Amino acid sequence: MLDQTQPLVTLENAGLNRGGRWLVRGIDLKVHRGEVVTLIGPNGAGKSTTAKIALGLEKPDEGAARRLGGLKIGYVPQKLSIDWTLPLTVNRFMSLTERVSSEKTHGALERVGIAHLAGTEVRHLSGGEFQRALLARAITRKPDLLVLDEPVQGVDFGGEIALYDLISEIRSTLGCGILMISHDLHVVMAGTDSVVCLNGHVCCQGHPRAVAESPEYRELFGGRAASTLAVYEHAHDHMHLPDGSVRHADGSVTEHCHPEDGHHEEPPTDEHDHAR
Amino acid sequence: MLDDFFTRAILAGVGVALVAGPLGCFIVWRRLAYFGDTLSHSALLGVALALLFEVNITFAVFGVAAAVALSLLLLQKRATLSSDSLLGLLSHSSLALGLVVLAFMTWVRVDLMGFLFGDILAVSVTDIAIIYGGGVIILVVLVLIWRPLFAATVNTDLAEAEGLRPQRANVVFMLLMALVIAIAMKIVGVLLITALLIIPAATARRFARGPEQMAILAAVIGTAAVIAGLFGSLEWDTPSGPSIVVAALGLFLIGLLPVAGLLTRRKPQEAQNHEQ
Repeated sequence: MLDQTQPLVTLENAGLNRGGRWLVRGIDLKVHRGEVVTLIGPNGAGKSTTAKIALGLEKPDEGAARRLGGLKIGYVPQKLSIDWTLPLTVNRFMSLTERVSSEKTHGALERVGIAHLAGTEVRHLSGGEFQRALLARAITRKPDLLVLDEPVQGVDFGGEIALYDLISEIRSTLGCGILMISHDLHVVMAGTDSVVCLNGHVCCQGHPRAVAESPEYRELFGGRAASTLAVYEHAHDHMHLPDGSVRHADGSVTEHCHPEDGHHEEPPTDEHDHAR
Repeated sequence: MLDDFFTRAILAGVGVALVAGPLGCFIVWRRLAYFGDTLSHSALLGVALALLFEVNITFAVFGVAAAVALSLLLLQKRATLSSDSLLGLLSHSSLALGLVVLAFMTWVRVDLMGFLFGDILAVSVTDIAIIYGGGVIILVVLVLIWRPLFAATVNTDLAEAEGLRPQRANVVFMLLMALVIAIAMKIVGVLLITALLIIPAATARRFARGPEQMAILAAVIGTAAVIAGLFGSLEWDTPSGPSIVVAALGLFLIGLLPVAGLLTRRKPQEAQNHEQ
């Protein structure tokens, strides 16, 4: 059995540099057993990249990424296309990386509500059914760590809620840690233990409940619970320029946006201090 | 009617078809047709070098094809040229290089047509031993790397994240390709090897409900093509290698007929049970 108290995965000041450009930098992140950590942020903020560093698919050029030894991972990637040449039923897809018994397969498919599609070819599934199949496949292995890259893409609103409920349930029944990438703020607030807001670096991170209970949050989101856009409206105190440099609120331009450089109005704290 | 040479030809051809089918499936799934072409064209350079240094032709062809495959892996990682340009460059330059080296060796008389289009009617007992020995190695290794290789075909990141080692499986697969080309060259010749890999797999696709089923079906269809082609070439006195490819094409076209389509439509329900 794995050590219960150690974090499953730890990123320490991790950064990834491609072609002289930092895709992400200074990422600090921990996922414990039984904890849901959600990465949010605009497109190109490095959410998937951060997940890949956590998974060990990319080696950080700076800082460190550590996973607990013997960690069993279930992964739902953001993009996965099955083309016509590949005959692949949902049933066979469940055993993609590891052979699993047909009872377990059936159980997992039942759980996500697509047991009736077991014999269907994967390419015939709708977007929502496919996401369910991906999730079912990832949980059949009973992973210690589940990494979900936009697990509800292509799912309608009602289905989205159901899937997120399912993810919370999986967390409590499997007791696994979950690192999730999401666009949907309302869900981030409801089913997450910790939120990390990314924009090439960690803008802010903290406990969603504390954030949700704050008057600023109520004021901002009160009547618009479903507002997905709201999360993007928070005022960043700096702007990332196309060449990778950063313009700060005081008008100065620096190469990076490290908090220690003194250009920030206030250092990021554990509160969602951008949401205003 | 079954003269001794003809029995040997059938045995050799069937041996190659049984191996080419399953490997061919991966070529179809991974869109590696042009890559297969490149490797098989490089076989002629292997022949030339074998004659020059007086070593076993099969081993030399395997060596050159393996070297080309691995250098392609390396070049793709760092090169600025696109993948298909790179393949075209290697494919035709190795073919041309082989032809030039052969032409220089005025002291050896070479049956160039035999190498280009195969010389299955001239296979010796040793050739058959090499084909079956190599064939068994290929199939055993393929079974061993099947899960990681197939998972990587679906999604490399997913396979790697969940603890399989897709890169290693890819390298082993390249070596298997080189080996199958080395043993298949005598049967259909360097110009037609890719056909023997791809056409049975493509034919099998319409009837297969799972990847393993498709691999077995491709082996069976390839075997049928070899037998039909050889009898056809005996009957109408046509070149044997091209006849096998024409027979494979015939089977592919038959598979496209609506009547053949009815065969698959009956199956979905029962097929569910014996997958995995």
